[in-house]
Amino acid sequence: MPLKILVTAKRVEDYESKIKVNPQGTGIVAEGLKYKINPFDEIGVEEALRLVAKHGGEVVVVSVGTKDVHEQLRHALAMGATRAVWVNHTGPMDQLGVAACLQKIVEKEKPDLCILGKQAIDDEQSQVGSYLSEWLGWSQATFASKEESLESDAEKSKTPAIKLAADGKSITVVREVDGGLQTIESPLPCVATTELRLNQPRYASLPGIMKAKSKPIEEHTPAALGVDMTPKLTVTRMAHPPARKAGIKVPDVAALVEKLKTEAKAI
Amino acid sequence: MEFELPDDIQALKKTVRDFCEKRVKDKAREWDHSEKFPLEIVREMGQLGLLGIRIGEEYGGAAMGALAVAVVVEEVARYDGSLALTVASHNGLGTSHIRMFGNERQKQQYLPKLATGEWLGAWALTEPGSGSDSAGMKTTAVKKGDSWVLNGSKMFITQGTVGDVFVVLAVTDAAKRQKGITAFILDKSLKGFSQKSIHGKLGMRSSDTAELHLDHVEVADSQRLGEVGMGFVDTMKILDGGRITIGALACGLGRGAIEESVKYAKDRQAFGSAIGDFQAIRWMLADMQTEIDAAQLLVFRSATLADAGKPYTREASMGKLFASEAATRACNKAVQIHGGYGYTREFPVERYLRDAKLCEIGEGTSEIQRSIIARDVLKG
Repeated sequence: MPLKILVTAKRVEDYESKIKVNPQGTGIVAEGLKYKINPFDEIGVEEALRLVAKHGGEVVVVSVGTKDVHEQLRHALAMGATRAVWVNHTGPMDQLGVAACLQKIVEKEKPDLCILGKQAIDDEQSQVGSYLSEWLGWSQATFASKEESLESDAEKSKTPAIKLAADGKSITVVREVDGGLQTIESPLPCVATTELRLNQPRYASLPGIMKAKSKPIEEHTPAALGVDMTPKLTVTRMAHPPARKAGIKVPDVAALVEKLKTEAKAI
Repeated sequence: MEFELPDDIQALKKTVRDFCEKRVKDKAREWDHSEKFPLEIVREMGQLGLLGIRIGEEYGGAAMGALAVAVVVEEVARYDGSLALTVASHNGLGTSHIRMFGNERQKQQYLPKLATGEWLGAWALTEPGSGSDSAGMKTTAVKKGDSWVLNGSKMFITQGTVGDVFVVLAVTDAAKRQKGITAFILDKSLKGFSQKSIHGKLGMRSSDTAELHLDHVEVADSQRLGEVGMGFVDTMKILDGGRITIGALACGLGRGAIEESVKYAKDRQAFGSAIGDFQAIRWMLADMQTEIDAAQLLVFRSATLADAGKPYTREASMGKLFASEAATRACNKAVQIHGGYGYTREFPVERYLRDAKLCEIGEGTSEIQRSIIARDVLKG
């Protein structure tokens, strides 16, 4: 049964860039920064592509932001996504605004499954997926992972970790939870969010990049979707974490155990 | 004048960088040390389309131009010069000869598998007794009915043992000298055709280099590539393109040298501060960056001219000449900045220096490049 899957591609700062807080403490210095697709979203794109390769269907990738997000949409298209949806928005936004835009797009597109990153690596809020499922009234399968390792044959053969039931009406997801893995079954439609160990995303191949150039990017605006993007959250202050104090060196294991007992009282 | 790369080439560059960060960066040193050709990695690059960049879409390639090849080669060279040489020579030499001068049947037979990297291409021009004077080659091809019989040796042939498809240049009419040379496509398994690996190179140690021997190798006339007597003329056009990629390779090595040196200069302490605070080091870094930027502009100019269908022989030679010498200077300074550590395999800069030196020799020495440029300058 063909699946229609909606995935996201948030534009985030590349973790290899040097991130600095601006002198006013209101945000980060944008100059000289590089950007990339949120790595968790990229894992979501990969999982969607694997599911569609197995069951047929299409992958629609969505991003909210200025025209700069086309770079991330094109990246997902070059990986193999079918088409893209861009919600054109300039200015501040928070997770509520983004989730509201996604809800409207989902209502238009009517996918069987949404796969989002469990969080974005910029503000680490980890909320959009849950808002989306709540507002849609869909079930959610957060922190999707798998039992097999990223070196396993299943991974090498690009087998999807999210399993579709034979009747096509539900999926089985292995979730990463404290202390282990939990397997759940969820009816479709459903919102899933990805863990780091779900898969290793493919590279955008050269033929993929060439094909992506002619794939459509459909434009929407929050206003036309009926979404108020005024943030309900404001960042009051940003600061670098305090520098860590240097540790101490102990001469041998015996001294370490002694200190752990007497000073740290950890054992 | 536009100094930004087009979006698709930027995306391509990112793919190459991501791939090299994960698959190449940590292994290049070991490959260099053990002279191991990383076949598995080369195959993966083939799957990403990086071995069929200029091949037409109808043959499974990406139909992109010289600038795309230059960007890919530069990015790979930032991590591993040897692997960049493999990518450069496969895309640039053997594959290009078939792409540019092959007939339809030859293109259909060879290009699709060369585009995916299932087959690797090698190109055999240089001989033990002829390098810069390539028209002075001794390998002969004598017509015998519907076939040709090839005899001779070839030297320093990249992909010489790992290659599957060989384009070999041979003399078919000695009296005509440059107009008496013809190209042939040889399959590796032909009777009388043998390959011997060359070890102990100064740099580019994990690129595959070999000696080829042709002992009464019989090939059908249908394996002749291009017109009889046109092999050398066609070769000159292929080498023009090859020089763009070697220039790009040098730029990549130079960039690697700069990035490593900046990291080291910020980290290494002497006399109570980071050595990057000292003018001696700062001036070296300033010269390295300026020269490599200039080299990159020359190389990109020649690639842009080539992609626009304009003449670029002189510009390609200038790019290759300047980039290769600038890269050697930059890598030499990088070793100097690293001091004693730079002289060891602990840091990659000594490898970059060894690899960079090849760029002043391969695909036309610096002296040949100067001759080409001077001839064009004097033409007025």
